[in-house]
Amino acid sequence: MAEYLIKNGFVFDPVQGINGDKKDIAIKDGKIVESVGASAKVIDAAGKTVMAGGVDIHAHVAGPKVNVGRNFRPEDKKQAIYEPGRGVRRMSGGFSVPTVFKTGYEYANMGYTTVMEAAMPPFYARHVHEEIRDTPIIDQGAYPVFGNNWFVLEYLKNGEAENTAAYISWLLRMTKGFAIKCVNPGGTEAWGWGLNCTSIHDPVPYFDITPAEIVKGLIEANEYLKLPHSMHVHSNNLGNPGNYETTLETLKLAEGISAKNDFGREQVLHHTHIQFHSYGGTTWGDFESRADKIADYVNSQKNITCDIGFVTLDETTTMTADGPFEHHLCELNHLKWANTDVELETGSGVVPYVYSPDIYVCGLQWAIGLEIALLAKDSMRFHMTTDHPNAGPFTRYPRVMKWLMSAKARDEMFAGMKNEDKVRDRTGLSTMDRELSLYEIAMMTRAGTAKALGLSHMYGSLTPGLCGDVAVYDYNPETASDPEAIEKAFGKAAFLFKQGELIINDGEIVSNGNKRTLWVNVKTNENPQVERDIALKFNKFYTVNQNNYEVAAHHYVPNPYVFEIDATV
Amino acid sequence: METVTLTIKEQPPLFLEAEVFNPDALASKSAAEIAALPLPMGKTTPVVGDYFTVTGKGGATAAETKVVVNGDLTKVKYIGAHMSAGEVVINGNTDMYVGAWMTGGKITAKGTIGHFAATAMKGGEIIVEGDAGNYLAAAYRGDWRGMQGGRIHVKGNVGSDTGTFMMGGEIVIDGNADVHVMTHADGGKTVIKGNAKSRLGGQMVRGEIYLFGSVDVMMPGFNYVGDVELEVEGVKAKFAEYIGDTGERHPKSKGKLIYGKLYKKK
Repeated sequence: MAEYLIKNGFVFDPVQGINGDKKDIAIKDGKIVESVGASAKVIDAAGKTVMAGGVDIHAHVAGPKVNVGRNFRPEDKKQAIYEPGRGVRRMSGGFSVPTVFKTGYEYANMGYTTVMEAAMPPFYARHVHEEIRDTPIIDQGAYPVFGNNWFVLEYLKNGEAENTAAYISWLLRMTKGFAIKCVNPGGTEAWGWGLNCTSIHDPVPYFDITPAEIVKGLIEANEYLKLPHSMHVHSNNLGNPGNYETTLETLKLAEGISAKNDFGREQVLHHTHIQFHSYGGTTWGDFESRADKIADYVNSQKNITCDIGFVTLDETTTMTADGPFEHHLCELNHLKWANTDVELETGSGVVPYVYSPDIYVCGLQWAIGLEIALLAKDSMRFHMTTDHPNAGPFTRYPRVMKWLMSAKARDEMFAGMKNEDKVRDRTGLSTMDRELSLYEIAMMTRAGTAKALGLSHMYGSLTPGLCGDVAVYDYNPETASDPEAIEKAFGKAAFLFKQGELIINDGEIVSNGNKRTLWVNVKTNENPQVERDIALKFNKFYTVNQNNYEVAAHHYVPNPYVFEIDATV
Repeated sequence: METVTLTIKEQPPLFLEAEVFNPDALASKSAAEIAALPLPMGKTTPVVGDYFTVTGKGGATAAETKVVVNGDLTKVKYIGAHMSAGEVVINGNTDMYVGAWMTGGKITAKGTIGHFAATAMKGGEIIVEGDAGNYLAAAYRGDWRGMQGGRIHVKGNVGSDTGTFMMGGEIVIDGNADVHVMTHADGGKTVIKGNAKSRLGGQMVRGEIYLFGSVDVMMPGFNYVGDVELEVEGVKAKFAEYIGDTGERHPKSKGKLIYGKLYKKK
């Protein structure tokens, strides 16, 4: 394999404590190495920024609900005209629900090399893996959802921790999943009865278990299985005024639990798109930011990480396994609504949404996300996401970076709002002058996410031995002064390497790489009880035969990277 | 005002996407420059001069530019689409998307126009001497924002699905309308001087339909509430007033529910 030497760039690598120093980065045989021979191809990175490839911890980029979004929003492509194929690129298009090809190309353009699909309905895991397989360049994994799964609800209700863990290990293996995701615990199941769980103490109909028991049980199962990532929660009561109290109660469930794993992960709970869960007030009338309370709590608890879910003020497509929330949203904006019940496992909804800077609620949502990120004391634990496409398309990360790095850019945004005073009045953002550095941005976008995923031995840093995933941006941190330059440079990487292969050369995609699918194979003790329960449920309830359930690796996951874990006792 | 005259020389084998046949794209351009503009066809990109003779030139701005297109234009799409000012005259029958997304100016079509004319139109005026196709003044596929402003006058008949997702503006049809008028509408006004078939105002939230002729089948979701004297398009007459679609959500204003209205001339 070719050797490369990236010379004279400004390197930002928080893991090694490199903060903008001029350094050379060497790549050989797919890895970052100390040095290369004289025949190595030299990339001149003078005046440019060099970072490890970006790692996205939460985005909805593959699977049935993304495809429902594509199918029922033909108008979405009016926002981003289809580009014809050229060179190694296939035709690509779509804005909030892009094609799989565009997903791969645009992440690469932003210097991202690893992306986690945030919610995989186990029953439709094959569809998720088909789309992942067809997404070029980036390594991907997917989180199957467990928070409303009948097996999990029954085992946790009966206090059967070992059975819960055995079932989870079986499902991860069947679906080729990477982590435990929990969406609106109990609430999506309650939606099957036309109900919801808006606090962590609302009992789930029939199962008579509370969201608090589900969250705690899943955290414990996660540590029992010693998974690379922690339990990944989207808590109850998303998007409602006053929900910060539910969020704090959920986060407190992790108190006193410490991480058990061999992957360097320290947290036991990752709270996703926390911006949507940091709202004060009682109605949309007195709606206000409670970013301070949430950020303070996360700052104080070393065993919690979060990603933000920045609202980017675009017309987008919301999609989540939080079925009742999507119905609620459709009642608010009267636009089209898709809803699915996924047998014994979960549900899902899709609704288009226009985040308008002229609507003060949207303006405030925009401000709350930035406020949380700017209140962070340790950016390793506050991650960059837009909950793509829920709060905005992932292609806006460079714009979010601009807002985080420039108070001037934030002021310009405020000034364009119809209700500027009202928005400024109800968030702490307007008085904040903190501007994040590229060092902190590198934490939010690669070092921190890689660590939280238990992947710091592969990604997120330029330490020799790690994957040769390197992004070079045409951004000179010593001379740049215009915030617009941030958005431009970080949206169009000058060079990108994935596993040591040159993917972007001088701004042009020249290779589709050799993408891998990451999944976790955990071995647990043999458990005849769980095997029997699974067989019974398939015979009695599922519409498919148990033999047709598994995601066959050879077909759906042609290039797997498997994490083998022994959790037998 | 300067005039650009485009006359079709030969019929293309496939449909031409004439997104440059509007005053905004042709303003301040000479005949030679216009002849060199792209005119996509299938996967190829011929230029205007390949299929059209060009005379005259564009004015300094769109508002000072008049575009005249002559000949059999049944294989030409997008004439007058996205225009914001100025004037377009279409001497012949043409295909889809006439005046789509237009925000201002005036289009006069001497013949018949194709489907999806005035898609999501926001302003300006379209006059059609012949007939219009399906989905006149509707939303783009999947979108919920149909015609929002401006005025359309069709002197002939219109196809189906006129004014789907209409939110504002005005359509006057001298002839007959096929099925589905103002489906899902949330505002706007349509006058049908001829006859209608069925499904007028299905799932309509707000807006007004005035029908001078007959309707084959009335929507069951519309309720008769009484007769009113109205002057519509210069005609004073008694109309039967219906409200609907009662199967759809309706917003409240000052404590009262707002309905879509259907007025049928007695």
